[in-house]
Amino acid sequence: MLNRTADNAARATPEPLAKKIRGISDKGLAWLFISPTILLLLAINIFPLFWAIYLSFTNFRANRPNEVVKNLGLSNYQRILGDQDIWIAMQTTAHFVFWTILLQTVIGFTLAWLIDRKFRGHAFWTTIILVPMMLSPAVVGNFWRFLYEPQIGLFSYVISFVTGIPPTNVQMLSNVELAPWAIIIVDTWMWTPYVMLICLAGLRSIPEYIYEAAEVDRASNWRQFWSITLPMALPFIMLAVLFRGIENFKMFDMVNLLTGGGPGSTTEVASITLKRQAFESWRTGYSSAFAIILFVAVFGLANIYVKALNKVKQR
Amino acid sequence: MKSTLKLALGLASAALASTAVSTAAHAEDLTLCWAAWDPANALVELSKDFTKQTGIGMKFEFVPWTNYADRFLNELNSHGKLCDLIIGDSQWIGGAAENGHYVKLNDFFDKEKIKMDDFVPATVVGYSEWPKNTPNYWALPAMGDVVGWTYRKDWFSRPELQKEFKEKYGWDLAPPKTFDQLKQIAEFFQKRQIDGKTVYGASIYTERGSEGITMGAMDVLYSYGFQYENPKKPYEMEGYVNSEKSVKGLEFYKALYDCCTPPGASNSYMGEGVDAFKSGQVAMHMNFAFTWPGLQKDENVGGDKIGYFVNPKGPDGDQFAQLGGQGISVVSYSDKQESALKYIKWFANKDVQAKWWSLGGYSCLNAVVNDPKFPSSQPYAQAFLDSMAIVKDFWAEPSYAPLLQASQKRFHDYVVAGQGSAKDALDGLVKDWTQVFQDDGKM
Repeated sequence: MLNRTADNAARATPEPLAKKIRGISDKGLAWLFISPTILLLLAINIFPLFWAIYLSFTNFRANRPNEVVKNLGLSNYQRILGDQDIWIAMQTTAHFVFWTILLQTVIGFTLAWLIDRKFRGHAFWTTIILVPMMLSPAVVGNFWRFLYEPQIGLFSYVISFVTGIPPTNVQMLSNVELAPWAIIIVDTWMWTPYVMLICLAGLRSIPEYIYEAAEVDRASNWRQFWSITLPMALPFIMLAVLFRGIENFKMFDMVNLLTGGGPGSTTEVASITLKRQAFESWRTGYSSAFAIILFVAVFGLANIYVKALNKVKQR
Repeated sequence: MKSTLKLALGLASAALASTAVSTAAHAEDLTLCWAAWDPANALVELSKDFTKQTGIGMKFEFVPWTNYADRFLNELNSHGKLCDLIIGDSQWIGGAAENGHYVKLNDFFDKEKIKMDDFVPATVVGYSEWPKNTPNYWALPAMGDVVGWTYRKDWFSRPELQKEFKEKYGWDLAPPKTFDQLKQIAEFFQKRQIDGKTVYGASIYTERGSEGITMGAMDVLYSYGFQYENPKKPYEMEGYVNSEKSVKGLEFYKALYDCCTPPGASNSYMGEGVDAFKSGQVAMHMNFAFTWPGLQKDENVGGDKIGYFVNPKGPDGDQFAQLGGQGISVVSYSDKQESALKYIKWFANKDVQAKWWSLGGYSCLNAVVNDPKFPSSQPYAQAFLDSMAIVKDFWAEPSYAPLLQASQKRFHDYVVAGQGSAKDALDGLVKDWTQVFQDDGKM
C-alpha cells in the first residue's frame, strides 16, 4: 500500500522536475533541506549582529532616520568604558549573577539530593517544587511586587511577625540596601527548581554499583558524598551554573517589573541600562557598542567556562 | 435548478457588493492614537458627533502611560501608518517636527481660519509650536493639563485637627500658599490616626521608568528659581540648572519625600497617586489636573470631601507649575490626511470644545475657559485656570528623551536612593545635558 502511494507520488512529479531532483547529490539534498534554516539564521541572527557592529562605530539614532550618519571610530567604545554609570551597572549585574547562582546552586543541589532519597511522596514534592519555574516571569514579578508591598504585602507581615519590625518599615523595593536582595530572593525562588532538575539528572546518572562498592569498603556517608556524589554530579552542576549565569547576565524582565532599576540606580543591571540607552534615549550607535561589549564579555566568559567544564567531564 | 443558480449568483453578488461598500467605508475610518486614560474615554464619546456629521468612522489606539512614549515614538520613527491622528506628548513636538513625523498645520489653519490666538497662550507654545515662540504650528492644542494638588477638605475642616494644627504651627490649617506651608501640613498628617486608620502627608511623583520624578521635582524646582538655561544665551546651563536656588528646591523635594510620603512610595506616578488618594491614605496629592474629574466623582473621597489648590509659591514668591497636556497632530505618514484635517477642523469648533470640557476633557480654547461661567462649572475649574496661568514645561528639544532620562536618573538617585547631594545631582545633570547638546551639535 505504502509502495503504491510512493509510486503514485513519483509518477505525479512532473518529468523535468523529477530529472532535476534525480540529479541532486546527497550533499546537495542536505543543503537543500537546511538552507531555509540557514537563511533564517542569517536574516535573524547573523545580519543583525554585523549590523549592530557597524552601528556601534556610528552616531546613528533610530529616532532620527533622516540625519546624516557619522563614523565615530572607537569613540562609542571609549565613552562606554570610561562611563562610571556603566561600570556601576556592571557591578550591579555581577552582584546579582554571583548571589543568584550561589544560592540557586546550593539550594537546588540540596533539594535534588533530598528528592533523590526517593522518600514517600517524592514525586508529588518534586512537582510542587517545580511550580515557580512554570510561571511566567511577568506574573512572578507582579505578584512579588504585591507580596513586598509594605502596607498590604504578605512578605512584610511575615518579616514583621518574625522580627517585630513594623511591616511598613519593611520596604523591600524602596530601600537601597534591601532592593537588590528583593530581586535575588525572587529569582532564587523561581529558578532554583531548574537547577534542582539538572542536579537531579546528574545524581540519578551515578551508577548504584559505585555506592555498593564504597559500602563494601566501609566508606562513610560523608566520604561517599565527597568522593562519589559531588565529583560525579559536578559536570551537571557546572552546566546548571552556565545556563543560569547566561540567563541572569541578561536578566531584564524581573528587575524591570520589580524595581525598574530603582531605587535610584541601585538595581539597574546592564540590560536595563542598555534598554534605556537604546529605546528611551535613542542612542542607537552607543547602545550597539554597549551590546557588543556585553556580547563579547558573555561569549568570552562562557567559552572559558565551557573549556573548564570539558576538563571536569574528562576527569 | 436554473432559478436556484440565479438566486445563488444574486446572493453572491450582493454579498460581494456589500463587502466592497463596507471596505470602502472602513477605508475612510481614522485611527486616533493617544494614552489610555480617562480623557481618552471622553474623546471616544465626543468623536461620535464627528462620525455623525461626516460619516467618517473613528478608531482608537490607546496605550497605557507607562508604554505610551515607547509605543508611539517607535510607531512614528518607523514611519508607521497605524495612526492618522496622534495626541502626542508636549515634549515630542521638537523631534516630531524636525523628523517630519507631523504635518505642519500653518496653511491649513490659515485656510480654515483657525487662529492660534483663540487658544490659551501657554498651550499654544507648549503643544503646538516648534521652534518655541515662533509661529510654526504642528498641532492644535487638544488637552490642557498641569500639575496641581488635591487635598482632603473633610480632614482639613475637622475642628480638633484645626485647633491642634494652629497650636503647633501658628496658622490656620488651609490649602498651603507656600511650599514651606505644604511641608508643615504634610508633616502634621504623616502617620496620624484618622478614623482608626494611619494616614500620610502627601503623595508626590517618584517614578523612575518614564518621566514621573522629573515632572514632580520640576514642579517644585521652578518655584524655587530653577531655570533650564541662560535666557540670554541658549544652552548655557551652568549656574542656572545648578543654581543655589535649584539646589534648595531639590533638597526640599527630597525632604518632602523623606518626611511625608506613604511607605514604599518610591516609584509612584499618576496611577499610584490616584490610588493613594482614593484609598484615603494621604492628606494631599500631587497630580495632573486630568485626574480631578475622576476624583471629584469618587464616592469615598470626592464630592465635598475633596478640594483643589494651585502649586504653592517658592521661598522668593515665584510660582510655577509643570505643564502637562498635549496637542493633536496629523501624522505625515497617514494616507488619510485630508480626513484627519477634517477632524482637527471639527475639533477646533467652539461648541465641540465646550462639550469636550463638559465630558471631562480640558479644553484650551479661550472662548471656553474665559467664559464667565467656567470657574463655577466644576469645583476644580478655578484651580485649573489658575494653574494654567503659571505653567512651565520641560525641554521640548528633539533630544528630549535623553534629556529626560538624565534627569530621571539624577533626581531618583538623589531623592529616593539618597545618593550624593542635591548639588551633585544638579551638577551631574548639567554635565549630562551638556553632553546631549554637544552630541546634537548645539553647543
